Amino acid sequence: MLQLLEGFRFRRRDSVIHRLDPRVKALYAIAVLIAAVLYFELSIMVTICLIQVPLVLLAGIRREWLRSLRGAAFFAAFILVMNLVSGYFYSGIGFTAETIAFALSMTLRFLALMMAFSLFFLTTAPDDLALALEKFRVPHDFTFAFTSAIRFVPELAREVSSIMDAQKSRGLELERGSFTTRIRNYLPILVPMFVRSFERSLELAEAMEARAYGASERRTSLYELTLRRADILALALITVTLTISVYARYFLQLPQLTLPFTG
Amino acid sequence: MIQLTDVFYRYPNGFEALRSVSLRIERGEFVAVMGENGAGKTTMVKLFNGLLKPTLGTVTVDGARTTELSVAQLSRKVGLVFQNPDHQLFSETVQEEVSFALRNLGFDETTAQKRTAWALSLLDIERYAKTSPFALSGGERKRVALASVLVFDPDYLILDEPTIGQDYAQKERLRQFVVQLNQQGKAVVIVTHDVEFVAQCRPRVVLMSHGRIIADQRAEEVLASEELISQASLVMPQIARLFSLLTDLDFPRNVLDEYEAKQLILDFRRRHGHASAA
Repeated sequence: MLQLLEGFRFRRRDSVIHRLDPRVKALYAIAVLIAAVLYFELSIMVTICLIQVPLVLLAGIRREWLRSLRGAAFFAAFILVMNLVSGYFYSGIGFTAETIAFALSMTLRFLALMMAFSLFFLTTAPDDLALALEKFRVPHDFTFAFTSAIRFVPELAREVSSIMDAQKSRGLELERGSFTTRIRNYLPILVPMFVRSFERSLELAEAMEARAYGASERRTSLYELTLRRADILALALITVTLTISVYARYFLQLPQLTLPFTG
Repeated sequence: MIQLTDVFYRYPNGFEALRSVSLRIERGEFVAVMGENGAGKTTMVKLFNGLLKPTLGTVTVDGARTTELSVAQLSRKVGLVFQNPDHQLFSETVQEEVSFALRNLGFDETTAQKRTAWALSLLDIERYAKTSPFALSGGERKRVALASVLVFDPDYLILDEPTIGQDYAQKERLRQFVVQLNQQGKAVVIVTHDVEFVAQCRPRVVLMSHGRIIADQRAEEVLASEELISQASLVMPQIARLFSLLTDLDFPRNVLDEYEAKQLILDFRRRHGHASAA
């Protein structure tokens, strides 16, 4: 879980991907989301996943990105197993190549989204993200709350780790017992985590009010986002690819995958 | 006995927190682990109850390797009280909070009730038994956290920064309490930056810097050594600082106790008075 959170924490580097406008990177993540939702085909899911590898290498965040994938491995395995089990029971014919392909495809869909959003958050500074949101006319209070939440992810990860250590030191065994016992065992982790999060948000609000937050109605920004040539090129590439993928889905005959539920 | 033999610890991000650390803590000892931020103090004590396993080297508790036991098994012997009590409080009442470890460690209900009542009275928090721990002050929460570990009566008690956020009176109560526990035969290990607190307790001091133990001596020797203290980015206790300035007048350097200091000054005055009279 902590690895998963770490995989979404911004790392300051100097790379082509880091220098891209945050709006372009947001569009990229949304384009991956749309494509992954539109298609069920295993080959296309594999392609969507593979497309992201060179971008990660370009951004120089291979280690952090892989860590986020390792963190997501549990959820991916859960999705795979659930799809295999439901495919087995609902198709009425047990395991077939199609049910397995469908389960793999659903797992890769989840991983593709994880990859794209991890790439986005690992290469986009929270301040740039706030600027991008404000460009989309999102009120400053909301953008601030959103970017603060992102900024506090590492702090939250550290705190969860300390809480787990403190409870384990009092004999709590998280990996022991039945499924419901294990879920219940997480209560001593979740309660202090929420209490600390609320306390921290109140402390932050007071500290900001003490420094005149909200005193000025018209806010100006020290930095302005401007699209450069590389941004426009990336924007065009993403838009064209997305348009083609939407068009292909609805207007071209692609080999269809039979869903296990529909026979 | 807790024994660390040539222990190295490297965090997953590559940071080497401990380098070739060897240490032995006997039952009934009183030890203060001191050093600058990031020296490896907390990392080292987390090895004692198996929260962290050494990257290299061995850690044993009463002869058993920590790598072969779970944290829960080790916690029965090694009680670790964390710096921030808010990282562990979650129950509806102080009583439930204090008895949490007993339920985890499989104590029966009657024993659990007796032990909880004992721990609450030991820390003088019986009156809060039915109160929510979140409604208590910082100092009281620290006492609840301490009670919730003492309740299972571990042989080794580790306190991580116990004096942070405590006023003078609370610190004094804590000092008397840990000294009393130690006199009853419990090994007490405190991780702290608080030189004045250590000067008053006068335990064995393990001084750390950059992941290594740079001194392991009596408090008087470590806290009065300018060289060691500056190496660990600490400051000498006030009395030691004063006496280090008075060495020209033949005062000893390693004075930490105010009564000893008073006696030395009275002796000096007597000698000085005699000299004037002569």
